[in-house]
Parts: sequence; C-alpha cells; structure tokens
Amino acid sequence: MTGDTRENEALLTLDGLTKAYPGVIANNKVSFSILPGEVHALLGENGAGKSTLVKMIYGLVKPDEGRMILNNAPFSPTNPAAARSSGVAMVFQHFSLFDALSVAENIALGMDNPPHARALSARIREVSNAYGLPLDPERVVGDLSAGERQRVEIIRCLLQDPKLLIMDEPTSVLTPQEVDILFETLRKLTAEGTAILYISHKLEEIRSLCEHATVLRLGHVVDTCDPREKSARELAEMMVGDTLHVPSREAATPGPVVLAMNDVSMKSPSAFGTNLHNISVEVRAGEVLGIGGVAGNGQDELLAVLSGEGRAQSGTITLAGDDIGALYPNARRARGLLTAPEERLGHSAAPDMSLTENALLTGAVRKQLVDRGFLRWGKTEAFAKTIIAEFDVRTPGPDNAAGSLSGGNLQKFVIGREVLQDPEVLVVNQPTWGVDASAAAAIRQSLLDLAHHGAAVIVISQDLDELMEIADRFTALNEGRLADPVSTQGLDVETIGLMMGGGEQETAA
Amino acid sequence: MIHLEKRPQPSKFWAGLTPVLAVIATMIAGGFMFWMLGKAPLEAIRTIFWDPLFHETFGPYSRPQLLVKAAPLILIAVGLSLGFRAGIWNIGAEGQYIMGAICGAGVGLAFYPSESILIFPAMVLAGALGGWAWAMIPGLLKVRFGTNEILVSLMLVYVAENLLASVSQGLLKNPEGMGFPGSRNFRDFPAAYNTELISGTGMHWGVAAAFVAVIFAYVLLTRHMLGFQVRLTGEAPRAARFAGVNPTRLILFCLGTSGALAGLAGLFEVSGPSGQVTIDFNSGYGFTAIIVAFLGRLHPIGILLAGLLMALTYIGGELAQLMLGLPGAAIQMFQGMLMFFLLAMDVLSHYRIRFNKTATA
Amino acid sequence: MDLSQINPLLLLASLMVAATPILLAAIGEAVVEKAGVLNLGVEGMMITGAVVGFAIGVNTGSPAVGFVAAAVAGAALSMLFGVLVLYLMSNQVATGLGLTLFGLGLSSLIGKPYEGMKAPSMAKWDIPLLSDIPVLGPILFRHDPMVYVSLIIVTATWYVLTRTRAGLILRGVGENHDAAHALGYKVVRVRLMAIAFGGACAGLGGAYVSLVRVPQWVEGMTAGAGWIALAIVVFASWRPWRVLLGAYLFGGITVLQLNLQAAGAAIPVEILAMSPYVVTILVLVVISLRGQHGAPGSLGRIFHATH
Repeated sequence: MTGDTRENEALLTLDGLTKAYPGVIANNKVSFSILPGEVHALLGENGAGKSTLVKMIYGLVKPDEGRMILNNAPFSPTNPAAARSSGVAMVFQHFSLFDALSVAENIALGMDNPPHARALSARIREVSNAYGLPLDPERVVGDLSAGERQRVEIIRCLLQDPKLLIMDEPTSVLTPQEVDILFETLRKLTAEGTAILYISHKLEEIRSLCEHATVLRLGHVVDTCDPREKSARELAEMMVGDTLHVPSREAATPGPVVLAMNDVSMKSPSAFGTNLHNISVEVRAGEVLGIGGVAGNGQDELLAVLSGEGRAQSGTITLAGDDIGALYPNARRARGLLTAPEERLGHSAAPDMSLTENALLTGAVRKQLVDRGFLRWGKTEAFAKTIIAEFDVRTPGPDNAAGSLSGGNLQKFVIGREVLQDPEVLVVNQPTWGVDASAAAAIRQSLLDLAHHGAAVIVISQDLDELMEIADRFTALNEGRLADPVSTQGLDVETIGLMMGGGEQETAA
Repeated sequence: MIHLEKRPQPSKFWAGLTPVLAVIATMIAGGFMFWMLGKAPLEAIRTIFWDPLFHETFGPYSRPQLLVKAAPLILIAVGLSLGFRAGIWNIGAEGQYIMGAICGAGVGLAFYPSESILIFPAMVLAGALGGWAWAMIPGLLKVRFGTNEILVSLMLVYVAENLLASVSQGLLKNPEGMGFPGSRNFRDFPAAYNTELISGTGMHWGVAAAFVAVIFAYVLLTRHMLGFQVRLTGEAPRAARFAGVNPTRLILFCLGTSGALAGLAGLFEVSGPSGQVTIDFNSGYGFTAIIVAFLGRLHPIGILLAGLLMALTYIGGELAQLMLGLPGAAIQMFQGMLMFFLLAMDVLSHYRIRFNKTATA
Repeated sequence: MDLSQINPLLLLASLMVAATPILLAAIGEAVVEKAGVLNLGVEGMMITGAVVGFAIGVNTGSPAVGFVAAAVAGAALSMLFGVLVLYLMSNQVATGLGLTLFGLGLSSLIGKPYEGMKAPSMAKWDIPLLSDIPVLGPILFRHDPMVYVSLIIVTATWYVLTRTRAGLILRGVGENHDAAHALGYKVVRVRLMAIAFGGACAGLGGAYVSLVRVPQWVEGMTAGAGWIALAIVVFASWRPWRVLLGAYLFGGITVLQLNLQAAGAAIPVEILAMSPYVVTILVLVVISLRGQHGAPGSLGRIFHATH
C-alpha cells in the first residue's frame, strides 16, 4: 500500500481531523500525509474545507476530533507561535500584512524571536536575494505591489527555516512571469527538503508544480492522485463531483460603440490605492470586454470611475456619445450605465439591510421606486422578489438581510439586480469571486445573455479562465494602465502575461 | 466556554427587548448604589419611578413636569439620532441648545415690550437658526477640511457656555435687573412667552414641536429616500456612495437638523419653563439627550418613550433629593449606568451567545 | 492693561504645570489609539481620577498616594469601557461618550463631601545644580515631581512604542487586527492593557488638576481637558514627542490667557476663557488640511475573531 509507505516517511500525518461549525461540518475525518521535500496540493472548491484544515495545522483552529503527527511526534499546536516553533510556516492569502509598518517590522511580527533590527534587515536582504525575491527591508509595506507584498510573507516564513510551508492561493495576485519566479523559489526550497502544502484551485499550476494532490469536497477527502498524470479536466471533475455547465455563446456581430473612455486618469481615493493613467478603450453593443490583471492594479479604481463614485475630467467618458465623466452615480444609472463592484458585503450590498432595501440601493432610478422623494416599498419588494425568482437566489424571502445569504446567492442577487434593470452598459468586477461553481456558471451565463440582447458588458476579473470563456476581446490592467484590447480568439498565455505585466505598455494607449 | 457568534441578521426581538432589560438592570444596580449611599433601595426606586406619577400629594405637581422635561430631551435626541444612524457624531447639542436660546431670546428681547403676535414665531425661527448655525460650524469644517466633528462640536459647547456667560451679564442683561446677571423674565413679556397650552398638563409649544419632530423623523426614516440614505450611510458607507448618496449633503443635513432641533429646544426652554437667560440656564439636556437617543434605539418612537422615561428620572430624582436626601449626582450616575447597560446588552441583538465545551483559539 | 505684569519666565514655568494634565491624558490616549481603540471617555476618566486622587490625598495627607489611587481609579473605569468594547463589541464612540457621562456623575457623587477642602501640598523638587542654571533653571527644574513623571512617561512610551517588541506588537494590533490575530497575537488582551494604561494616565492627569493645579475639588473641574487631550492626539499624528509638543503649546495658550485675564486685558474675560477651545478647533482644522496621516488602520473598528 502506498498509503503506508507514505505514512512511514511522512513529515506530517493528519489522522481523522474533524471540525464542525454550527450548521456545517467543515472537515470530516480528513486524513493524509505530507512527505519531506514534496509539493503537496490541497485541491477543492470554495467551501470545501481547505481553509479550516490549514488553520488547524497552523494552530488557529482546534480540531474537534483527530490527531496530527509531525516528525513522528504528536502535534497539536494551540496557537500559531507553537506551530511556528515546530517548523510550520504559512503564507496567507489575505489579512496578514500591516500596511503602515516597514518590511522589516512586518517580518519581525511574524517571527517569534527576531534578531535585533539591524541584524534582521541584513538577514532579509541576504535571504531574499538568495531565493531570487529581492526586498528592501526599510520600505513601507503599503507602498509595495501585490507581488512584492507576497515576497514579504514568503521571506517572513523562510527566515524561520520551516520544515513545512503552507501556501494559500499564492498565485492569485501574481502575473504569469511572477508565478514562474515563485515556482523556481519553491523548487529550491523542496530541493533543500522543505515540504510545501499548496492550496489552489488553479489546475494547470498544480499540474506543473505538485507531485501529490489531496482533493477535498464538502469537508471530505474524496480522492488523492499524482496531478502530473491527470488532465485539468479530470482534476476539475474530482473537485466538483459532476460535469460543469459551460456557458453557451452564439456569435454576435458587435453593434455601435456605446461606452468610450478617452484618456481617463484618476487619482485613487485611498492612500495605498492605484492611480489610473490615460485609459482609453471603447466597448460596443453586444460584446463582452474582459479586463484581466493582477489584483491591486487599478481594478477598484476603474470600476469607481465608471460607476460615478470617482469622477473623471469632463469629456473623457462618453455614453452613447454623451459626456458622462462628471456625472454622479444615479445620473449615470439613469442613462443606462450600471455597475457591480467586487466587494459584496458593504459595497454592492449593505449586509445588515434587507434584500428589498438592497434592491432599492441601485434600482431606485431605473425602476422608479421613488416618487417625489417618497419610497414605494410595494414596488421595491416586487422588484426584489423578481430578482430572487429570476436569478434563483436561495433565501426565505426579501425581508432577509443581505448578509445572511451565502456568497454565491448574494452575488446572484447583485448581478440580477443590475441585469434586470436593462442596462446599456454593465460593468462587473470579479463577478464570480468566492462563488460556488454552479452559481458562477449561472452568473456567467446571465452576462452572456445580456450581451446577446444588445448590451455592452465589461467584465473585470482576475480569473483568466473565466475571461477566456466569456469575453470577445481581452485587455489587462497593469499599474493603472490599460493595454490595447485584442480578440480572445487564438490568444496565448505569453501575450496575456505580457499584457498583464505591462510589456505592451509602449504600444498601448 | 462562552463565545459570541454573529447573527446573520440583527434580531428584531432582542433589539426591542434590550432597552427594557437595560432599564431593569439599571434599577437593580441603582438600587444597590442607593443602598451603598445608605438609602432604602426599594423606597428610592419607588420615589423615582412611581411617586412622580401616582403619589397623591406630588403627582399633580409632578405629572405636568414630565412633558416639560421630556420635550427638550426628545427634540434634541430625535435630531441626534439621524446623525448617529449615519455615523455622524454631533455631541455638541448642549452648545447648539445654548445658542438657540441666546438667538431666540435675543430676538424676543430686542422687541420688548412689543405685543405683536409675530414675535414668538420670529423667536422660534431665530432659535432654530441659532442652533443650526452653531452645528454648521463642525458640519462645514468636516465637509470642507475633513475635521473631526466630534471634537469640534464638543469644543463649541465650551465656547457657547462662555458666550452665554457673556450675554447674560452684558448684551441681554435685564436693564431693570438692578445689576443682577440674567435677562428679563419672559413671564413678564406675554407676546414672547412660551405659555402652557393646556392648563395643568405642562403642554407648551416645545412639547408640540417634540411630537411633530418624532412624526417627521418617523416618516423620514421609513418612507423617504433621504431617511433611507441616512440609514444606508450608517450601515455601509461604501455602499451608500455606490448608491449615489452625496456624503457632503448628508453630513450637512444631519448636523443642521440636529442643531436646529437643539436650538428649538433651547428657545422653548428659555422662553417658557426657565423664563430667562441666565449664566447657568442650560442643565445638560444636550448630553442627556445622547443617552435618550441610544436608549430609544435611534428610533423616533423609541426616543419618545426613552425621553419620557429619562424625564421621569429627573423629576423622580428631584423628589428623591427632597424626600430622601439622595444626592443629585446619584441620578446622573443612574443615567450613565443606563447607557452602559444598554450598550452592553446590545450585544444580544447582533450576536448569539453560545456555550460550548471546546474552546476556540 | 499692564502687560509688564506678565513675567515671561514665570509664564514659561507655569506652562509646564498647565500642560501636564493634558499631556498625561493625551499620552495615554495615544497608546490606546495606537492599539486601534478610540476611547472618548478620557474626560470621564480624568474627572474620576481628579476626585479620587483628591479624596485619597486628603484622607491620607499624601499627594503621592492620591496619585496612585487616581491612576488605579482611572484604569478601573477604563476597564468598564474595555469590557464593553472588546468583549461585548459595543460601538466605541457611544461607549466612550457613556463613560464620560458616567464619570461626571460618579465624580460629583464622590466629591460632594470634599468641596471647599484644600489639597495636601506637594513639595517641589528643586533639582540640585540644574535648578541653579540661570533662566533655564527656574523654568525647567523647579517643579513638582509629577511634571517630571509625566516627561518620563512620554519618554518611556516613545521608547516602548518604537524600540521594543511589545510596542511593535501593539502597533501591529492597531494597524490591522485581523493580521495580528492570524499571526497569533492576542488582540483583545493587548488592547485591554492599552486601555488600562490610557485610563491610568487619564486618572493621573485628572489628579494633577485637583491636587496640584487648582488645588481643590470643584465639580466638573477638568472642563474639557479630556477632550482637548483627544484633539492633541490627532494633532500629534499619534507620535509621543508631538504629543508633548502639542500639550505644551496648548499649556502655553492657557497660561497666556490666564495671565491676560489677571493683567486686566481689554479683552472680555469670556473671550479669553473660550480661547483655548477656539484654538483647539483651529488646530484641528489645520491638521485636517494636511490629511489624517498616521491614523492606525484599525482605529475604532470592532474586532471579532470569526474562527
């Protein structure tokens, strides 16, 4: 049995780990082993239980049942410091850097016994250069790019000589070129005997990097395999459990230009945001324009300048020929430009307010839900009910708070709210981020249908597969600049990477 | 091990029950405090909450006082609640109250001894404007420069208090007052006096205004776009901007309205129950109204009830001072405790308490 | 007006005395805010410190014991705030306001029997040699011990915040509490300690008003000093040395207007008396023109660990 041999040589063995939360069993008797020097993939959809599992290994969550064995000794960390002292380090996807502090301070906070400030800075320079991830210890983290921020996290781990390095979705913020650098670093590490637990849902990456994969679905281990021997489709089917619904698309000839941005620049409203520089692009009726790019390259700002939350110089944005650059959000909605920002809770929806109230949030103008300042609650509730019915939003009713819905259902509500207002142009940012596969498929289909009925659709997304699937033309944001769009037909990864990395900057705009 | 779990949506049941629980808890803790002060706790509680309304001797005198004391509290708290809901913290209502009184009384006194029926309306207008203008200072500074409205509005209370001291000894001093500080008494100036509308009830124009304010706020918050925008801004500021709410307009509206209402409260007080501008005519209504606003859950109807309850503690406190020698400050403490208990119990409407055997890290 | 009555040396010396209560309260609040908590109850903790310090000082005859008691009282009161805000997750602004209202009531209740009494006097420390330096000596080195204690606290705060691991953790917690939690730091515990420190400092500041500055107990005697301390924290961009600068600037204005009052300046007393508050507003405006640089990232946000 391969299982036994794996267990005998294992660095870390998980045995029957179970963790339940009210209403959901996040992990149910999860068992597997990780060998020294191996890159072990943990595969699964959102909600499969990957995060809970690694939090247990890292001492952030205590398992209800089961045990762990690290280096042939029982391992039950009660906090991250205990995990770190046993040689387990973790690179987080979110929430683990301090913007206002320097690189060195950030790294010191992640270590248990950091050396004195000057010695630490020297170590950071030394280690970061050795692994091909150069960093200046004195810089303030808030000023770094997404890729550099990740370096800080990695260096923070490496300074402690970990035996096991956990990486949670590490490439979601990287360009293809940066991914190559990261993989090289990881290979160096494994060559030195470090094991890596690699969490991702990007199948191609896992196939090229990992030697072993454990697949989680709804808290269970459903399969293990060598991902190098499987196709991406096979891996996807292991994750999802049934075959995917691929959105269908009828070729449509694009109509006239509806929305045009001409040399739009905007200063980011937030201190650590990205300014937009000279963005010029046109979108035609009936087409889907996909805008890729690594997180933090101006996606939020681009959406804001289109939604009206941010304003451009007059004359730089036109909708059906009319200048809308200086208009406020509702004036733009009245003219048919609708948007759906990335963050659902607190931006595109108010979590503690009811779905009816959330329907009013953007629907007031086009759905005539307000009469001389007074609210028409009956009509508003009817609109909310229509959204719920037509977009299959799973909720007891429109009186429920938006925050009580699952991510996928709330996103369907948000997208439905905009689509059902018959937009001329719809701009969405990360429409399927953190959404389960079936909801994601439904959302993509609704965007395609909308374009098919003659609206112009702009999809900003960091999911390249998604953009390849639904977009007619592709472009990418890089440091607040937008490359010239190209047709998605026959587009290759090389070109995409160059666009995302700004390689086409000279030719663009 | 106890831990808190966020509710998917705030519980309406608990939101309604927590003020009641807070009042009960405050009575218990207050009783304990009275006991520590050497008073019989039950008697003290009865003197504060029961006697003002139902005592044979004191009731008839105290009952009208209820409306007199509640009116300014409700008027101010309704205004404050709009801003508090939107995350705009005007805590300088005391200053706006003073400025409303000074401006309103000033207009009235300027026309002494005219008997025109236009005088009182003019005073009301001036009172509202005075409070509005005083609140506009933090408002404009916030929208123009991003200055913190909490600190500015509070600093302006001290400025207003000094202005009050100045005018009651100077500009508005009673020329026939034989050198004593303080203005003419409005009781001797019928055209400008905020008289009792229905004899024996304590009902004066300010009480009427308080009721109107409650209804106005109720309609605004439940039926009007502006009220929706106020709530949305408080719940999710980013979503509010996305929904097209103009933050500048909203800040000025909330601060202006609360200032105008506080100014009105000051005018009605100075021209009626208080009767004259004196150096210490303000009695902290502007601060107590903050408690009233929270006790009423920032809801107009709740504020109406909370205002009446708080007025009761004022009257009952005076009675307890008289009857039992309970220090006046004990009532102030009592009100402070009420605020704490309320804030503490608020957790129940947003979180569910779980008792579980395993501890989470 | 006789400006010659105003002795610039005395003015500078009394500036340090006038500034000390605000300095103490502000340095404590700066630490609290650096940990990501906005405690608007400074005024309430100060006035409680003032009355407790005075009462204990009078009863024991020792101002030193009074100061210790005031610090304990301020810290105890701040724990009420801490429990509400950190464990019951109440709104920080509302809870801080509640603390101030509660403290004002509590202090007047405790203080009633002490009205009109005189505080036990506190000996001045003439620091040997240094106090004999011409000009500078009388200004800087002939004060009561608390003036030096306050300067020591500022220095220690600066050192701990910028030079030690404890300070780094505190700043981390205030900057991004989710990240700090993910790295395994006890966010609630760190904040509770910061709040207690802030309460103790506010208590000391209050006691300085009642035991040294005035020195007697008068109801509501802190007269907004706690709020001014909050403004100074903003002015200082949360930096200890700038807190010192802000407090001394403010002390200068207070002393100057008092001297002008005493000198019988042609300006009405009320205008002079309101000037510190007006100046505070003006300073806040100037600061906000520059933008809110240095505000801790998690300031005022509720922390609830979700796992």
